Amino acid sequence: MGEEWVLVAWLIVTTAAIRGAGPVALGGRELPARAMGVIGLLAPALLAALVVTQTFGGEGSELTVDERALGVAGAGAVLALRGGILLTMAVAMVLTAGARALLA
Amino acid sequence: MRLTDRLPPRRIRVRDMRRDSLVAGIRAGIPFAIAAGVLAVSFGVLAEPVLGTEATLVMSAFVFAGSAQFGSLAVLGGGGGVAAAVIAAVLLNARYLPMGIALAPSLRGGWLRRAGYGETMIDASWAMANRGGGRFDPDFLVGATLPSYPAWVGGTLIGVLAGDLIGDPADLGLDALFPAFFLALLVGGELRSDRLAALVAVLGGAIALALTSVTPAGVPVIAASGAALLGLRRRRTAPEAVHPEIEEDPVG
Repeated sequence: MGEEWVLVAWLIVTTAAIRGAGPVALGGRELPARAMGVIGLLAPALLAALVVTQTFGGEGSELTVDERALGVAGAGAVLALRGGILLTMAVAMVLTAGARALLA
Repeated sequence: MRLTDRLPPRRIRVRDMRRDSLVAGIRAGIPFAIAAGVLAVSFGVLAEPVLGTEATLVMSAFVFAGSAQFGSLAVLGGGGGVAAAVIAAVLLNARYLPMGIALAPSLRGGWLRRAGYGETMIDASWAMANRGGGRFDPDFLVGATLPSYPAWVGGTLIGVLAGDLIGDPADLGLDALFPAFFLALLVGGELRSDRLAALVAVLGGAIALALTSVTPAGVPVIAASGAALLGLRRRRTAPEAVHPEIEEDPVG
């Protein structure tokens, strides 16, 4: 079996196990109010981290400031003006591609 | 005849509510599905030379996790080996652990059914199904994921087949789509009304930024979930947590 199939098999198994683990272990149980307070704040914490890592993440583990930062800043401006989600993404894409074309 | 006799049985009303949630989720999931589809095209373009056509398509169809797929591809393509690629994928997927723990109290039914809901988690649908106070709408979650699946697999297929025509996905700015989308979810979510959530977001972002250059990819996002511990201080101001909603789901 080629290494690509070994990788695919491992990814299928580990991804399914990780996604299922929380619901299987803790499903339907009432958690204490303090725990629910923490859980309710996981979304802003994880989303902010995803914005940061997908904007500044580079090859491997390094911090990279490139044209994506301009695109995401533009997205922030659209959101500040209460623009819709598709417009936000379109502006990010166009600004990033435009800056790359100009700097290339 | 009493008024209650004319109402449909409770079980049917609940089923209607759940179907409404599913449909609302599907609608809400469409913008993300468009972004996911475009990104999947770039995954197909990048993966085909490394994994080949079949393995690339099977990966998208059965793993269905963007960051893990991109991350493991980057490691394998960079000569890092299969073990390192799997570890990268596990780290990138590890955020589904706290996300699944968060989802768990809102799920009913046997373990297989609960696991099924867990398998439908993607970042966007999880965030959009969040109802505040630690509660989630599982049917909305499933609905919000649904449009992304054909978009992800179909986009991968297009990328695999048309890679030569598309060229470098970065030239089109596709890599800015996901951070922009997550920013929109973040800003459009609870930040506007909730100061503690805003503080947690800033702290989470700062943790991720500080760790990005010193830890393997995936670790910064998991570590950032620690910012949510600020919620330990909020016992009195989380009404949903103090007064749990009346249980309406008879299925479990």
